[in-house]
Amino acid sequence: MGMERQEIARRVARDIGRGWSVNLGIGIPTLVARHIGHPETLVHSENGILGLGPPPVDGSGDPDLVDAGKNEATVVPGGSFFDSLMSFGLIRGGHLDLAVMGAFQVSTDGDLANWKLPSRKAAALGGAADLAAGAKRVWIAMEHLGRSGDPRLLSSCTYPLTARGVVSRIYTDLAVLAPQGDGRFELIELAEGVHIDEVREKTQAEVVVPAGASA
Amino acid sequence: MTTRTTEVIGVVGPDDGGLLTKVVASADDAVARIADGVTVMIGGFGGAGTPVVLREALARRGLHGLTLVANNADFGSFMYEGGLVRLVCSYPVGASSALVLAAIEQGTVELVLTPQGTLAETIRAGGAGLGGVLTPTGLDMEFGAQYREIEHDGRRWLLAPARRADVALVKGTVADRYGNILCRSAGINFNPLMAMAADYTVAQVDHVVEVGEIDPQDVTIPGLLIDAVVEVPPGT
Repeated sequence: MGMERQEIARRVARDIGRGWSVNLGIGIPTLVARHIGHPETLVHSENGILGLGPPPVDGSGDPDLVDAGKNEATVVPGGSFFDSLMSFGLIRGGHLDLAVMGAFQVSTDGDLANWKLPSRKAAALGGAADLAAGAKRVWIAMEHLGRSGDPRLLSSCTYPLTARGVVSRIYTDLAVLAPQGDGRFELIELAEGVHIDEVREKTQAEVVVPAGASA
Repeated sequence: MTTRTTEVIGVVGPDDGGLLTKVVASADDAVARIADGVTVMIGGFGGAGTPVVLREALARRGLHGLTLVANNADFGSFMYEGGLVRLVCSYPVGASSALVLAAIEQGTVELVLTPQGTLAETIRAGGAGLGGVLTPTGLDMEFGAQYREIEHDGRRWLLAPARRADVALVKGTVADRYGNILCRSAGINFNPLMAMAADYTVAQVDHVVEVGEIDPQDVTIPGLLIDAVVEVPPGT
């Protein structure tokens, strides 16, 4: 079974603390914004916004007001605009509570690969490396398997790394897991209707279930 | 005996009966002096805060051997033969980026992929008289290999050198004839940094207003950093 993208996003949003500042990367992480329960939570957008709001209902009319994915956006009351220096100062200086990103691969050591596929010369970094380096917490929200069914949770990444040892939690359509080191992911929670065997089958590393957890 | 000298202050320009103005008639006029082989910084994040009219005017010049520095890669207009040779950016996407990406894969355009935060800080350093910055972003990573590693205070850092340019094309919402620029919402991004880091900076704005109409509190880019202003009303 497993969860749809919006459900993964909703699950991530449940764990976001009240009043946190959060950067949401493109893909499933962007969907987290609409599920955040606390109005004081500020969504940071790397292009110079704190307090990113929902997409405009019928065109914001401001071609300069876009999100990190370059889609039309709004800003909430209490939000702020600033330049790229301030934006990346907030990121790199450890002022953001959380960065939620997508990934190609995540390892049991918390290594993150999300900027380059090995087969191509062109790749894309944007703010990913700075976010990985600076955010207080880095969580990944993604499908458990790649488009061709390739495993994405591994004991060791094979794609070029964005950063080492930064990921503390992974939310997929099958489960919530945490890198534990020593070739292991710890299971935090199974998605409804998903059996631990399926998670183990689709994870290229050991998956340990802590004593007392439901699996 | 003391000699009094009277210093003439202010610049006498050809327009306005002797008043200083940075406003030029057109984007084509503003880019006319730019030569082959230059490095050009272009502001913007996607389309936000992007001086599109200046960018296209520069492309029409058909200059050769250009290095472009920007966050993204909407530079299809520069893909005539011998045009764009080097691209410094953090995220090579854009409406016309397909041609650029193909050239990168073929090796005819060199891509210097730079983390966005490092891009911002090295441009800032270039304009602010600094030699560079120490950043942790990219340590041990493939995209960090372009930088020298430094140890300082018990920590490892990458030394990212200051980045300057011959030309910067920036975008604002409003300008006055001194060149003071007001940038709005998420259109600020790289524009103030790039304005400072280039020898010749041109600003594209939606409207030019009278000196004094921009509250000093609201100035995003002080006019002394701007060499030319081009007014392009939205929708034209």
